[in-house]
Amino acid sequence: MRLVVDLNRCQGYAQCAFLAPDVFAMHGDEGLLYDPEAESAQRERVAQAVAACPVQAILVDEMDMAAAGRTAASAEAPHA
Amino acid sequence: MPDGSLDRLKREGRIVVVGASLAGLRAAETLRDKGFEGTLTMIGDEPYEPYDRPPLSKQVLLGKATADHTALPRRREIDAEWRLGVPASGLDMATRRVKLADGDEVPYDRLMIATGVRARPWPNEAEGELDGVFVLRTRDDGVGLARHLDAGPRRVLVIGAGFTGSEIASACRERGLEVTVAERGDAPLVGALGGVIGAVAAEMHRENGVDLRTGVMVTRLEGDTTGRVRAAHFSDGTTLECDVVVVSLGAQRNTEWLAGSGLGAGPRGIACDAGCRAFDVRGIVTDDVFVAGDVARSPHPLFGYQFLSLEHWGNAVAQAETAAHNMLSESSDRRPHIWVPAFWSSQFGVNIKSVGVPSMGTEIMITQGSRAERRFTGVYGYQGRVIGAVTFDNCRWLQFYEQQIEATAPFPPPFPTVDRRSDGQRPIPADFPDPSVPTHGPTITLSGYSPADRRMTFTPAGH
Repeated sequence: MRLVVDLNRCQGYAQCAFLAPDVFAMHGDEGLLYDPEAESAQRERVAQAVAACPVQAILVDEMDMAAAGRTAASAEAPHA
Repeated sequence: MPDGSLDRLKREGRIVVVGASLAGLRAAETLRDKGFEGTLTMIGDEPYEPYDRPPLSKQVLLGKATADHTALPRRREIDAEWRLGVPASGLDMATRRVKLADGDEVPYDRLMIATGVRARPWPNEAEGELDGVFVLRTRDDGVGLARHLDAGPRRVLVIGAGFTGSEIASACRERGLEVTVAERGDAPLVGALGGVIGAVAAEMHRENGVDLRTGVMVTRLEGDTTGRVRAAHFSDGTTLECDVVVVSLGAQRNTEWLAGSGLGAGPRGIACDAGCRAFDVRGIVTDDVFVAGDVARSPHPLFGYQFLSLEHWGNAVAQAETAAHNMLSESSDRRPHIWVPAFWSSQFGVNIKSVGVPSMGTEIMITQGSRAERRFTGVYGYQGRVIGAVTFDNCRWLQFYEQQIEATAPFPPPFPTVDRRSDGQRPIPADFPDPSVPTHGPTITLSGYSPADRRMTFTPAGH
């Protein structure tokens, strides 16, 4: 899954690094490094990081997330 | 008066975007968001879909990501026809056609130009082609340089200590590689942030084990018999053995393909109005050609209406959105692009961020923190007002100073600093080098006429 962080917005709150440490990592006190193409297994953690970012600086690929939504919906369908 | 032509454009028009990078992609998404249902063509000279460049000098060189995994996320489906791997080679404004290098022509009703910049190459072509000599701008550059760093070179030479050069040096040190940085100016980052901050940057280089050489030029790169670079010769007569050289001398604007088109395009970029509409060579604004991103230069009211070109990630996004909005709007609904310049850099574990135009500043005042701790805020003053600010590991103060810049607040700031350390007592000269002396390219270029600037000369074009 593709993602990008707007580092103009990022203020180093590090919520993403706590929630998805395999994708986001602090570099120094307030610098951020991230994997721009995270494993799809990280989707749920990245979604949490997106939601938790106090400045909403993380953008995840819309089509990736839409596809994930469809997959989740179809997986749930048998139980409905 | 609205005559339905805009509705027709939205429904069945043809929009061509030249430049398939950050600005081009965000423009395309905005066009579809605004209800454009016509034909959208994306033209890009590289064979790749739009990707993000900042990781190339950071994550990629540190081995935390690979250069081919930097494709930009999409905000939405854009349903475009992609013409990748073929550069645009010309523009016929009369018949509204973009010419491609493969001989094809693409007609348009509205054109968006976002061709950006490219790395300034090493001036000696033969030396620049030696194996082991790189620039760092594209994905392919990133792949090649990362591979050479993986091979464990004995010494890397970085020519130019701007932001990119400094980030490369930082990544090399973090990987334990020996690195020399050669900078023509007196310190790293002086062109963008001035000598006071440049001195801090120089200390950061040296503390981290970089062999920093300032006030010196590389006069010649020398290859061995197999065509691999083996040494560099300096203007002070010294020689350095190195097996990787990264030429980091700033950028050049991709406007050559517009020569003879009649568009107001040249080495400084493409002039446009605040609404992103391009000027033609006669200084008349066009109504169907729009510009966005690094290649654009537009007047900004906060900075004396000088034409600014900004090599900034955030500017590419914001200008693309504004240009796309204006492209599909009646004239009364158009909006100006008056983004406050902002950029970031990360080097030697320190997060450097800036807003405004520090290089316009004549004085600087450290309002929070201290330079010795590498954690501070510096505020730049110009003619009694706040014109820019920079933070080293202190970014949460930046938004406050962005508001000060937008409000043309007085300088020095009249409020007492909350910090009582000695750095924060009074303004000192910001110590920018003479702008007529070339150095690594600044990320902001003031390229408009200023009454105080007599170095501009008018050169009529040949056509």
